[in-house]
Amino acid sequence: MTDTVLRLAGITKRFGSLVANDAISLELSRGEILALLGENGAGKSTLVSILFGHYVADEGSIEAFGRPLPSGDPAAALAAGVGMVHQHSTLADNLSVLDNVMLGTEPLWRPVSRRREGRARLLDTARRFGLAVDPDARVARLSVGERQRVEILKALYRDARVLILDEPTAVLTPQESEALFATLRGMVAEGLSVIFISHKLDEVLRVSDRIAVLRAGRLVATMAARDTTKSALAEVMVGRAIPPPVTKPHSRGDAVCVIDRVTMHGERASARLEGASLSLHAGEIAAIAGVSGNGQAALVELLCGLRAADEGRVTLGGRAMPADPAAWIAAGTARIPEDRRDVGTIGDLPVWENAIAEHYRKPFASAGIVRRGAARSFARRLVDRYDVRGGGIDTPARALSGGNMQKLILGRALSGGAARAADFLPTLIVASQPTWGLDAGAVAWVHQQLLDACARGAALLLISEDLDEILALADRIAVIHAGRLTPARPARSWTLAELGLAMAGEGARDAA
Amino acid sequence: MRLEARGAVSPAMAVVAPLAAVAFTLVVAALFVAWAGAPVGRTYALIFEGGFGSRFAWSETLTRATPLVLTGLAAAIAFRARLYNIGAEGQLYAGALAAVAVGGLHGGTGFELPPAVLFPAMLAAAALAGAVLMALPAIAKTRFGVDEVVTTLLLNFIVLLVVSMMLDGPMKDPTAMGWPQSVALQDELQLSKLVERTRVHTGLLIALALAGLAWGVLRLTTFGFEVRAVGANARAARFAGVPVTRTILAVALASGAVAGLAGAIEVAGRTGYVTLDMSPGYGYTGIVIAMLAGLNPLGVVAAAVFVAGVLVGADSMSRAVAVPTYVADLIVAVALLSMLVATVAARYRLRLR
Repeated sequence: MTDTVLRLAGITKRFGSLVANDAISLELSRGEILALLGENGAGKSTLVSILFGHYVADEGSIEAFGRPLPSGDPAAALAAGVGMVHQHSTLADNLSVLDNVMLGTEPLWRPVSRRREGRARLLDTARRFGLAVDPDARVARLSVGERQRVEILKALYRDARVLILDEPTAVLTPQESEALFATLRGMVAEGLSVIFISHKLDEVLRVSDRIAVLRAGRLVATMAARDTTKSALAEVMVGRAIPPPVTKPHSRGDAVCVIDRVTMHGERASARLEGASLSLHAGEIAAIAGVSGNGQAALVELLCGLRAADEGRVTLGGRAMPADPAAWIAAGTARIPEDRRDVGTIGDLPVWENAIAEHYRKPFASAGIVRRGAARSFARRLVDRYDVRGGGIDTPARALSGGNMQKLILGRALSGGAARAADFLPTLIVASQPTWGLDAGAVAWVHQQLLDACARGAALLLISEDLDEILALADRIAVIHAGRLTPARPARSWTLAELGLAMAGEGARDAA
Repeated sequence: MRLEARGAVSPAMAVVAPLAAVAFTLVVAALFVAWAGAPVGRTYALIFEGGFGSRFAWSETLTRATPLVLTGLAAAIAFRARLYNIGAEGQLYAGALAAVAVGGLHGGTGFELPPAVLFPAMLAAAALAGAVLMALPAIAKTRFGVDEVVTTLLLNFIVLLVVSMMLDGPMKDPTAMGWPQSVALQDELQLSKLVERTRVHTGLLIALALAGLAWGVLRLTTFGFEVRAVGANARAARFAGVPVTRTILAVALASGAVAGLAGAIEVAGRTGYVTLDMSPGYGYTGIVIAMLAGLNPLGVVAAAVFVAGVLVGADSMSRAVAVPTYVADLIVAVALLSMLVATVAARYRLRLR
């Protein structure tokens, strides 16, 4: 069957001077999976946001099932049978699965909720598509994969005939991703259509029928998945060849930082550690793999000096460290937080003040007065050396793009307030999701900076949810699940299947 | 209908937005003046004349502006660190009581100290009283996460009751024929007049000096950086090694101290003693002034003079035409709201659809 269910014609969207979508025309057929491939910032999310009515296109029109779709109206999109599964969960944590699914489907003035019918319909939908859920479970208790299943069910419950998934595998283990792909195939077999957004080449090739590649707001190619290869796709997506990071030979030195049976309590799973042990060596890259929310946040907070261990201890250079960021900075830790917008930078302050924020007392002040001239020329050199673009040193940091923000944070952390690059080498680098959301060029650049510092003798701890990144860089890998760390093993000794199992908690159980 | 962020605030917009806000304010207030049945043009002219139109008008406006600069500063400093001190009113009264306790009790003997020692001691006592009063909510906030808006606001009423108790008890002036007012400050401690035969006093200079000091500290010092960093993003500030709790406590003390000084300076410069109605809400008006000034200490001076002028001008206007003085409150309130909208409009663009 080749009847068109969705037709986008000449969609253009500008944000100020940035053209996020440039005259994009695209069709979706009944029963197909269309992958929307592109780097971060290529315009994928903008395009589906227009499709779903979150944004209004400046030009162009959309037709769904032969009828024009009014712009800027998510309710109309839903009514036309277009459902969306967002990258981040949009479910209400404190409600049950059934409540979440029924939310918004009932008229406000109906005095009684028709829960019994709703439940029957939910169970029927779940059975039809093989998405097992407990309707009465509280969403707060569900895993990320289960929540995603609920989101899909929520769309199907509203009779979605077209399902849009925004980077659905970003939060899943390899095994959970496989299960999702099976579900999607089942759905298209039933005659539904799927738009699948991703920047991961392998999964796009595996799951989709057709691939549309976006680059810098333009639709640069549309091709059948079976007619292309990974390398061809990569070239189309990036538009140029990205050199792989050069790994300089580095030798493992002494243990710099030792985490000894650390337990941290917390309300949420992401804030807990249970008896975690790990030692980080000079000149070595250790990586923590794991599905997000399994205790990475606690580990990062521990090593950034934001939280103390409830049990166990952590030493840096043989000294027990307090929960005080200033002490960790003074001891030579370079810290790259996951949330660059809300933790790494102070958005309303200018770039130059952000550049010295970790060293505003020493060396950039004397007798309580900020040495403005020294601070600003340091910032100017940092912006220069780390290629921070998007305005001068007086621009508020919030105006920087994600990539430039990351360069600023990296520059600040790696230069340690020293005027020349050669004058400072961090003893320990803690990098949490350092390349999340960056384009391929910036990713390669960040990796190169980290590798270079490591080659000079810094110990690097890389915490990432991107297995490809970990496999490309790490000397040793430990997997985190539910606050427990597996022993760190040489990267080569892990198989992908093993990593996946450990991320799902199977390996940890064996080790215990 | 939605708001979209503009890339950067254009210089033209930064000028046009506040002017548009003022124009809008005058239009809105004009509607109410017309409703009251008075000629709009003449009413505005009278307000302007009463506030800024003569030497006498200026002197009254500046007298009124003096405590407003100080309470405006108290709010602006605290709000910069996102510490919402709504308690300047209470801190002002606490400072006034402390000033009289040092400089008026003991039968006016002033502990047998020379004025050169007693005067700074009086100001220090007032600052300390305000600071201590603000320290309690700040500690409760940093230790237990208690919302300082609630605690500082409620402390105002407690302080007023304490003032009432003192004025009828230990600090009561026996010569006041039963009026609830405190004993008077010693004559030597009164602030001298800045201009002959007016009420403007040297407290204005203290207020201006403090505004300049606050501006310099915020802009040039490491403490100023800490305050701005904590206010802009406390999480990121903590990550970068800023001692967030210590900064909030220090800001609280500074804010309370400045509000306490406002009380001492009112007593020493204008009233000479404490009464229950010595402040017609200076503490609350200070918040409005701080917001009008965009939390800039130098802007606070300009905003305080504007608000004082409108208040004084409306007083004299209402004696000439049949418009109640409440029109001043209306103008100040609408000015605040339209200024806030203008700030948003300068940073965001409104999209219909």
